[in-house]
Amino acid sequence: MTVKEAQLTPAATATASAPPAPGRRRPETRPSKKGSSWDDVPRRQIYVPLGVYLLFTLIPFYWMLLFAFRPTGSTSLVPWPLTFEHFDKVWNERAFATFFQNSLLVGVASMLMTTVVALAGGYALARFDFKVKRAFMLALLCSQFIPGALMLVPLFEIFANLKMINSLGSVIIAETVFQLPLTMILISGFIRNVPPSLEEAAWVDGCGRFRAFCAVVLPLLRPGLIAVGSFAFVHSWNHFLFALMFLSDQSKQTIPVGLATLMGADSVDLGALAAGGVVAALPVVIVFAFIQKWLVTGFSAGAVKG
Amino acid sequence: MAQAAAVAKAPPAGPPPRRRRTSATPRRLPYLLIAPAGLLMLGFIAYPVISVFYYSLQNYNPTKPWRNGFAGLDNFVTAFTGDPDFWSTLGFSLQWVVVQVVLQLLLGLGLALVVNQTFIGRGLARALVFSPWAVSGVLTSSIWMLLYNSQTGITRYLADAGIGSYGTSWLSDTATVFPAVVTAELWRGVPFFAILILADLQSVSKDLYEAAEVDGASRLRQFLHITLPHLKDAIILSTLLRAVWEFNNVDLLYTLTGGGPAGETTTLPLRIASIAVDSHDFGYASALTSIAFVILLFCSMLYLRLSKFGGDDK
Repeated sequence: MTVKEAQLTPAATATASAPPAPGRRRPETRPSKKGSSWDDVPRRQIYVPLGVYLLFTLIPFYWMLLFAFRPTGSTSLVPWPLTFEHFDKVWNERAFATFFQNSLLVGVASMLMTTVVALAGGYALARFDFKVKRAFMLALLCSQFIPGALMLVPLFEIFANLKMINSLGSVIIAETVFQLPLTMILISGFIRNVPPSLEEAAWVDGCGRFRAFCAVVLPLLRPGLIAVGSFAFVHSWNHFLFALMFLSDQSKQTIPVGLATLMGADSVDLGALAAGGVVAALPVVIVFAFIQKWLVTGFSAGAVKG
Repeated sequence: MAQAAAVAKAPPAGPPPRRRRTSATPRRLPYLLIAPAGLLMLGFIAYPVISVFYYSLQNYNPTKPWRNGFAGLDNFVTAFTGDPDFWSTLGFSLQWVVVQVVLQLLLGLGLALVVNQTFIGRGLARALVFSPWAVSGVLTSSIWMLLYNSQTGITRYLADAGIGSYGTSWLSDTATVFPAVVTAELWRGVPFFAILILADLQSVSKDLYEAAEVDGASRLRQFLHITLPHLKDAIILSTLLRAVWEFNNVDLLYTLTGGGPAGETTTLPLRIASIAVDSHDFGYASALTSIAFVILLFCSMLYLRLSKFGGDDK
């Protein structure tokens, strides 16, 4: 309901920074005032472990930024004076501009394919009882136990037969296939949370199944789909093995492979490596900031109720 | 999706339009809907799996075609009796998986419990501690490679502060390489665990805690008797998925250490990849793959038994 209301009343988005209206999402940020002991854990017991963990999380990021923006040879612990020489180098000399485009294409294409195919399959699993359903669910599950890394040889042969070696299509298909099972399980979980009666009401009003789905179910699935789609994008963006194996032209390579080649040299250019890392992290950081609020709810709606 | 629905609505005309709308050929529709996913998985997962089993019984090496042909169980016999590296890499794989999963579970559970509390700045704190989840694989390796660098890494600054000595490279010393790679992997692995557990934590009813409070149960007892039982399923799910993932995952170790020093950090999948890629011995690589597959299948059966996955909705 939150999604629909927000959609119907544009004012809701305009006043998003105002105190949340009653009934809006995330009631857990407004816990009941009568504190159970769970609500008044001593602050010390929150901030100390959290602070330690934050240091562990953030120091590596800081290190990357430090090396990316610090002039070569400097040992300062603050990246000052700022330099962009490393970015210039990776983006232009090391062809990260091309890698970036390729990664973007792979990420977006496999995200769209994964979501659309998993949406269809997830709908079937959530709404119908059919003969092979249980077997199909089992296959989905078992596929989680099959190592992508170990299937490289046969996959390579398949793509060679399809004349798709050295084309981004091979990587897009491989990424899609290996994300499908989990995505489908998650999406069928989301759909199961939408009461079938909503759809049935739309059928009675004369909608076909497909139109009813688009008009009634799809808007309710939006937060979950955004979360799942973003996982798919981030995963394809970061994944390295398929690109490494199926693409041999440098002009076809993706960002993770570019990073790996920066690391492989005997004398690693740390500034370039760090700058490459920043370039690689940028899109995922943006996506992550965007989906952060759905991340937890997305998992709780889909995965855990399986 | 659009295609599938269009096909479902297509002639033969059959029942009158109005009726067809409400029932929309439900018999064929689910099959049409799972067809794209099913075909993709059949072609790019099932077929490769079968060919892995087939190749495992073959001598199959494109660089030595004269030897190619049926080999029976030779590859398996080699693995179990004639290849000392098999046992050591399998051993390292198991050690890696156990250490990762146990530490990720404990740290992830702790982290989830902390960020499930209400406190000022929680949203930001969550975003920050979960952020390594988004940064995986090779990027994690490159970040940690910068940190561990013997000349300019964090060791240098620690040495300045009197901890450790100059010029140590934690990644090339057999004594430190394991803790070093474990730490790097934890950095990106803990957030994922924490997210899954946090998601489940949020569905625990507050009433239960309030009731326990009234009965005078301590926080520890509340945790043991309310929180943990509630999290059981989520923990089983995430632990087993993670175990398999940690077993299979190669990108971090491949780029960070390349399996070294002296093969110290070579997992079975890493060795399989190197056998296939470097020595082109696809037959033997496939046999090792089959063995890994059986091990993982055992895990999946354990998982099925424990969690009753795929049963009824409840």
